[in-house]
Amino acid sequence: MTTERLFHQSGPGADLLIRGAYVLDPRSDLDEPHDVLIRNGQIAELGAPESLPAEAADTLDAAGKHLFPGFVDPHVHLRTPGQEYKEDLRTGTAAAAAGGFTAVIAMPNTSPTVDSAAVLGSLVDLARREASVPVGFLASITSGLAGGELTEMADLRDAGALGFTDDGKPVVSAGMLRKALQYQRLCGGVVALHEEDPELSGDGVMHEGAVSARLGMAGIPSISESTMVARDGAVARHEDARVHFQHLSCVESVEALSAAKQAGARVSGEACPHHLTLTDEFVRTLDSRFKMNPPLRTESDRRALIEALRSGVIDCVATDHAPHARHEKEVPFEQAPMGTTGLETAFPALFTELVMPGELELSLIVERMTAGGALYGLPIPRIAVGEPANLCLIDLDARFEVGEDGYASRSANCCFHGRTLHGRVLLTVAAGRIAHRRPMLVSRAAASTGGN
Amino acid sequence: MRPTMPRHLISIDDLDRAGIERILDRAESFAEVSGREIKKVPALRGRTVVNLFYEASTRTSSSFELAAKRLSADVVSIRSVGSSVDKGESLKDTVQTLSAYDPAAIVIRSPHAGAAQMVAGWTPAAVVNAGDGKHEHPTQALLDVFTLRRRLGALDDANIWIVGDVLHSRVARSNILAFTRMGAHVTVCGPPTLIPREIEALGCQSTPTLDNVKEADVVYVLRMQHERMRESFVPSLREYAARYQINSSRLNPRQLVMHPGPVNRGVELSAATIDSAQALIGDQVKAGVAVRMAVLYELLVGTPTLAVAA
Repeated sequence: MTTERLFHQSGPGADLLIRGAYVLDPRSDLDEPHDVLIRNGQIAELGAPESLPAEAADTLDAAGKHLFPGFVDPHVHLRTPGQEYKEDLRTGTAAAAAGGFTAVIAMPNTSPTVDSAAVLGSLVDLARREASVPVGFLASITSGLAGGELTEMADLRDAGALGFTDDGKPVVSAGMLRKALQYQRLCGGVVALHEEDPELSGDGVMHEGAVSARLGMAGIPSISESTMVARDGAVARHEDARVHFQHLSCVESVEALSAAKQAGARVSGEACPHHLTLTDEFVRTLDSRFKMNPPLRTESDRRALIEALRSGVIDCVATDHAPHARHEKEVPFEQAPMGTTGLETAFPALFTELVMPGELELSLIVERMTAGGALYGLPIPRIAVGEPANLCLIDLDARFEVGEDGYASRSANCCFHGRTLHGRVLLTVAAGRIAHRRPMLVSRAAASTGGN
Repeated sequence: MRPTMPRHLISIDDLDRAGIERILDRAESFAEVSGREIKKVPALRGRTVVNLFYEASTRTSSSFELAAKRLSADVVSIRSVGSSVDKGESLKDTVQTLSAYDPAAIVIRSPHAGAAQMVAGWTPAAVVNAGDGKHEHPTQALLDVFTLRRRLGALDDANIWIVGDVLHSRVARSNILAFTRMGAHVTVCGPPTLIPREIEALGCQSTPTLDNVKEADVVYVLRMQHERMRESFVPSLREYAARYQINSSRLNPRQLVMHPGPVNRGVELSAATIDSAQALIGDQVKAGVAVRMAVLYELLVGTPTLAVAA
């Protein structure tokens, strides 16, 4: 028996012909223009440009645009239940769709915490009503994220949990983590870790370095994260457990992850677009949009993350989409909550800052942005006949100012706000249904194509 | 050509050397006013200065108040020390409410870095940073440069040591910037737990011992807070005083001693040194009023076109 672990609204699948888009799917070995026919939410046919008959009522002229398999974000905060004024499943999945994501994995640090099958069950029901993009849920490792006692992990798995995390907080006790990893042998599910030593982080609000010295704000040293990655890599290896390291931010953590992998530990890691494209220099503005945990670090950390994403030491991109209300962020930096939104800007930011300057190949970005779900056992979106339609159509030439049209997210605390980025998401089909579509994208009536 | 003044004074980085000198020159003329029997000039008559202090202060708040009054401004002083009003949103609400009175300037002291900069975004008034968290205290730096310039003539190539708890000191940060901008060489010295990593990026040197303090022309001593012991930054005040206290055994008579106040007698400074002729502590306090008059004057009167434009 397989337990369902992605939840979304149900409805009829889309019928759609996407004509002539440049299709890039590294796993399907597709790297050229194609027609893609979607019938009842499934990829029904692939063909040379202008080769497929226009049987669908909806035909999109997508020449010059890029079609990718749908992105999967293994790390988002949808703030539901309890903080719907920041985000809910409707706005959060709308933001995901606007960013080309066709599946997201929500963190359990809500109010109440997702630490019981009852809370998870109500979220699953809500997702079936409200989620336009499939959502998977992690449950917490410890009750109330308090670090004191394990959740009913087996029950939570049966209720649909993809895995477990105390994200937002570390599992401070190595003994507690070890028990969770032992229990994983019973219930399965990846254990994902927010790595931070609270003693080393202290009251820190930003990376500890030259910029924090200048600003007089307490720093979070890189070793706060990396020492915990090293510790838990060793614990994971000892228990032969499956562990995923969340939002890695510094060169020392990359080294610790690499060492754990080389030692044979079954560990993986993710990196965020903001850590891959920005540094603590931006904190000089004292703009709280640049406050997140882990913090923006230095250029050498950023370079190490890029290299680790290239080499595969870091397995995937995750946004750590963390919405906060305007009044919460509109305070002095030290008082502001940690977090930036990221779903709507992940691909444009990585494309603009890493692909356009030649740092990374476009196909590698697509590969790493689609890999996050597979780490939790989810199928990887692919553009191939017979697959469910999980894909996004992007205009790489389109420039836009982040935030100029507002956000699909309920919150606007985006660290890329005001930046000019390339790569506008025109269409997202998630689980066979159209989840996002720019109004500017004109469709041709099926009849008009007959004469070509 | 006169250097242009910024609209606000948030950071020493808002001022180039010429801007600093312009304020100091103006302060010299106001120091002369402070020597008169009637210590008042009509420069800001009919204009309002709001002092908004979210943190305890004696020297800074009283000298800003006196400075504004000696310029004939109407002065409103608000002290809000406590957690319920010490929140960002109410800061914004407070500033917008006060802005309805159309103040010419808002002087703000806050326990949080960046507060003055935020206030500048919420009000049409000129904003003066009277201390934001551990970030900056630019008027303190200006009055310290003023005091030293009067004594030394110029700061060029002077060796200035800043000794003590640099980690928690906004004064240290503003003074490193101001002293180096005026041509001095700055060395910070203190327990390694209280010296920020990479402080050298501010343009100073760093050393953990007072071994070479005799090289200094000026020793600028920072206040050692008692709470730093509880936080294990130093094991005891006794050991701190033994290693870092500035006293006659460590000083030449030609070396000048400064301190932003309030002083812990017998901890960072010996009582005898505080009261010695080489200490400029009283001059610093006296300079506070004249320098803050000059800051308000230059921001509000010195460049009237700029003030109107924004």
